[in-house]
This record gives sequence, structure tokens and C-alpha cells, in this order.
Amino acid sequence: MPSISRRSVLGGSLAGAGTLALPPLALPPLTTPALAQPAVLRIGLMLPFTGTFAALGEAIASAFNLHLKELGGKMGGRTVELVRVDDESDPAKAPSNVNRLLGREKVEALVGTVHSGVVMALVQAAREQQIPLIIPNAGNVAATRELCAPSVFRSSFSNWQPAYGMGKALAAKGIKKAAWVTWDYAAGKESAEGFGDGLRAGGAELTKVLTLPFPETNFQPLLAQLPGLGVQAVGSFFAGGGAIQFVKDYAAAGLRDKLPLCGSGFLTEGVLKAQGAAAEGIQTALHYGDGIDNAKNTAFRAAYKATTNRDADVYAVQGYDAAQMLAIGLAGTKGDAAAAKELSAAIRAAKIDSPRGAFTISASHNPVQTIWLREAKNGENRVIGAAAEALADPGTGCKAA
Amino acid sequence: MEGFLAQLLNGLQYGLLLFLIGSGLTLIFGVMGVINLAHGSLFMIGAYLAYVVATLTGEFWLAPPAAVLGGLAFGALLERGLFRKFREREHLDQVLLTFALILLFEEARAALLDNQFHAVAVPPSLDFSIPVTGGFAYSAYRLAVLAICLAVAAVMFAFVERTRIGASIRAAAENPEMVDLLGLDARSIHTLVFAAGTALAMLAGALAAPLQSVYPGMGDGFLILSFIVVVIGGLGSIAGAFWAALLVGSIDTLGKVYAPQIAGISVCVLMAAVLLWRPNGLFARG
Repeated sequence: MPSISRRSVLGGSLAGAGTLALPPLALPPLTTPALAQPAVLRIGLMLPFTGTFAALGEAIASAFNLHLKELGGKMGGRTVELVRVDDESDPAKAPSNVNRLLGREKVEALVGTVHSGVVMALVQAAREQQIPLIIPNAGNVAATRELCAPSVFRSSFSNWQPAYGMGKALAAKGIKKAAWVTWDYAAGKESAEGFGDGLRAGGAELTKVLTLPFPETNFQPLLAQLPGLGVQAVGSFFAGGGAIQFVKDYAAAGLRDKLPLCGSGFLTEGVLKAQGAAAEGIQTALHYGDGIDNAKNTAFRAAYKATTNRDADVYAVQGYDAAQMLAIGLAGTKGDAAAAKELSAAIRAAKIDSPRGAFTISASHNPVQTIWLREAKNGENRVIGAAAEALADPGTGCKAA
Repeated sequence: MEGFLAQLLNGLQYGLLLFLIGSGLTLIFGVMGVINLAHGSLFMIGAYLAYVVATLTGEFWLAPPAAVLGGLAFGALLERGLFRKFREREHLDQVLLTFALILLFEEARAALLDNQFHAVAVPPSLDFSIPVTGGFAYSAYRLAVLAICLAVAAVMFAFVERTRIGASIRAAAENPEMVDLLGLDARSIHTLVFAAGTALAMLAGALAAPLQSVYPGMGDGFLILSFIVVVIGGLGSIAGAFWAALLVGSIDTLGKVYAPQIAGISVCVLMAAVLLWRPNGLFARG
């Protein structure tokens, strides 16, 4: 596990000698002030490197680094130095961590984070100080809806998207009525809305949403209600340990044969081994999965495996694409991170060549992407088709768009 | 109707687990006069113990006996080393002590293990399901936990109501001065009660681990519900704790089903009603 704040100096030699690298006489006032920037561009990676989400933070950081290396350690012509800060997935420490990056560490761009509560401090700082921010995971819809900003981008998903895809795929299979089970918190509510919207888009309906307080795991009172609801399928949003317990309890309650279980991809993401036979055959929807057949994905997975000795997962893809987006934006401003308008225009105009399949960025700065339908089989989430193609988050309430 | 029966079974099972925690809490409160806020942490320690034992040995069934024996030893140690020294102190000091223990136990858990959520596998011998109502099945392990809780309740009841030591515990709960006057050893009774209460909470945690997973702060919700059980049942009453636990388990479960908007407060409303009607609890003696 890395220490709280570790700097990885990339492309090294310029790091300590930033100002010396600027030729003092060769700058007649014929260009924009952009050229006065220090040669080294410091980017803050605020991610969880300890605690529950440590593995996710590591995957994002490793993949970000991987793309940076592919670019020769430079973005927008400037040598990049990464400053890592462990946010511990602790919302209480988020503001001071952000201030440290922007103050003492003088970073010019931010990448972070996993936890939906912690990301709000980053969004706020990015909005107020026009610092470019790429969110490589946290899916709370607000960041690309009512709190959207020219400087805030997401390389991952909105909670609404995978659930919408799942609802649409269910309706396409002929399901008319379905229920949604989740924790009573923002991500749960947002995914329930997505599921309902997806079902309705296919002519079906969401007849019931069952919730329990986060992070309780006494699912019994909810499970026992399901047979009496008159629905044909059950969808759910749980992640991590809660997802393991829920899938196991669902199977133990004997519901699987009567009411097929499906969900947002996180239901079976990274937890299939622990869920064992109880997860076999569960269909989920997500913007990534096992067996996506494109050259970019093959190359990415091989490179990621070679550098980290781990198999790439959805979090690694999001980290890799965060690096791609930032690099594209900075290329469009010749390395000037403060040129918010141009940076935004460059990212908006780009087609991001992602391992998940190419995607673009919507007006509210969320990926417009294919949501894949996957089926859990032999410990993999095998992609079996597209649940929704070129799906954009509605971006409701985004005024910057 | 079938759904209702399944929910009653859920309530019963949840209530019995609450009884294991609440019975220790009510005895400790009744006999020692200590409000043990760390009781939920003891539940958590039992659950993590089950996780560690099951992971290291691959045999879950070693965990419940380990929780009971470990709980007895740990409880006796806590009583002799800490609570005895606070016996003459004010309630506030005692509450602060138990609050400090919560923080200590949480930090110890984080340092020794991690802050992760861990699933604990159901023992393979009971990893199958039995249909209970038309559309709903119960895992054999869940039914086994129900049976174990009932058995523990029966043993406890027999012990407290039918044995000499049990009689002195009841006496200590009802009239501590009289116990001293009669020459009974109040100090040993305190050690015994605290050790037994700790063992029960840790046993509950160990049994609950495959049903609830283990995660930081998992004892918090149980602590609050167990206090409600203690208040409703009447301080120091085992029988009271038993019926109150079943009542709270059922109301909590049915509340989640039929009135989810107020599920969080349904048991609190129940407690308030009981306190208005019978301020000393449903089963208070005298």
C-alpha cells in the first residue's frame, strides 16, 4: 500500500529544474501568456489508496499512469508529474485534501475519485477555481446534472446509465413488470430512476422499489415480499460486500428460478468468486465487461497486465480513459490547463478510443456510451450484447450545457 | 397471507438473535447497573472472530464455541480489569468507559484486519434451502441459527430460574444490598454476569456472520435495538428480554414491509408506548 502522499516523478529530469528549462530571452511578447507556464505540469490524483476502495484507487491510478507512459510522460507538450493523495474515502477529510493539492502541491488539474461523497469536494473546487477535473468513477448524477460545470468531466458513468440499460434490456426480453431492490441512499435512488426509465422506454413498468438503510444487510424482510409483488423479474443495485450477501441470500430464498435477478453491473463486479454458484447466470448491465472484442481492449488488457500483473477491470478502464480525456483536452490548449473553454471544447469534440468501445462526451460532460449486457458465467461477466447503445445521461438541470 | 407468515418467521429469527445480545445487556444492567454501550462492539468482535476462524481453519463450526469460550474469558478480563474499578463511580464515568471501549475496539479491528466488508460462507453442510411458504425458502443455516438461539434461551432460562447461582444472579439484580448482607459473593456474580453477557453477544455475532457479512460498525444497529429490547422487557429480566426481543424483531420486520416510510422509528414508537403504559417495562418485577 502506498503512503498517504506519494509523488511519482515522470520523465524526471525537468522536475526539479522547472524554471531553468525556460529560456529567459527567447520570449518576445508575440504569443499568449500560456507559454509562461512552468515546464512541469502537476496533476493531482485524489483517490482511495487505503480502506474499502483501495483496490479501485490503485486500478485507476495504475491505468492512468499506463496511458501517461504511452504518451512519453507528457500531456499538451508538458512533462507531467503526478501527485497522489489518499482520500481514504472519507468525506470529512475531502476539503482539506483538495486544498492541499491546490495549495501546497500547486496542481493544475485534478483526477478523482471513487466515493460519491468525497467527489463533491473536488467538484466544488473545480467549479469555483475552474480547475479541470476528471471523475474516474463516482457516479452520482449531480456532478453532470445540476452541478455540472465547464471544467468538470466524467470518464466513468452516471448511476442512471447502467440501470437504464438493464431496464431496457429486460423490457426487450418481454418482461412487463419488474421491481428494484437497493440501499436507501443517493446511488440507490438514482439507479432506481434509471431502471424505471429504461423499462418504460421498452413499454414495461417499474412497479415497486424496495429499500433498506445503507449499509444494512438484513435482506430477509425485502426478499420475502418479492413473490407477492406480481413482478416477472427483480433488478438491484448493490456493490461490494453488500452485493455478495444479497446475491447469496436471494439464491438461498429460492427466488432465482421464479424471479430472475438482474442489476447494475456492480452487483457482480469483482465479487463473482465470493458469490460462487449463487451468481451463475445473473445478467447485469455495465459500460464494460469480459470479452469485449476490439483491438483497443486487447492491447489495453495486455499492457495493463504486463505493467501491474493484474487483470484489467472496469475501474482500470475508467482510469485509462481519464488520462486519455485529460491528454486530449490539454493537447487542445497546448498544455494550458487554465484555458477552460478550449480544454472543454477539445474533449467535447473528441471520440475517446476506449477499451470499452469508442465514446464521446455529452454536453453535460458525461460519457455517451454503450451499456453492455453481461451474464455471469464461470467467474466472468461475459458480454452477451448491447443493452443500450450510445446512451447519454439525461443531464437534467445542467445549465452549463 | 403466505408473505405474512414468511415475514413472521423473519421477525422471529431476527428477534431471537436480538435476544442473545439483549439478554446479556439486561443482565449486566440489572446486576451491575452498567449501561454497556460497548455491547454492540462485542457482537462485532464475535462476527470478526467467526470470519477469522472460518478463513484460517476452513471450518465455520469452530467459531461459535470459540466465541463462547473467548467471550467468557474476555468478559471476565474486562470486568476484573476495568468495570470492577468503576463500580463505585458515577453512571457518567461508566458510560464514558464503555464509549472508550467502542473506540478502542473499532481501532483494534482496523489495525488488526482492515476496513473491508467480508462475506463469511455458510457452512457447506447447511448450504441448502427448505421451502417455508409457497414462493419463499429458508436456508438451512438460517433455520439452524433459529434453533440454536432457542436452545440457548432455554438453557439460560433454566440456569437463571432453576439453579442456585441463577438465584443469586436474580437476587443481585433485584436487591444488591441484600446479596451483600446474605454473604453472597457479589464480586464473583458480577464477573460471571459480565463474562456470560460478553459470551452471548459474541456468540450472536459469530452466528450472524454468515447471515449478515462482517463490516465496520455492524454492531451499531444491533446495540440500539437491544437497548430498546432491554427497556421494553424491563431491566434485568431474562423473560422480559425474550418476549421483548421477539416483539421488537417482529415489529421491526413488519414495519420494514408494511410501513417502510416509518420503518426506522416503528420500534421507537413501540418503546415510547410501552414506557407510557408501563414505565418499568413489560416484565419488570415488583
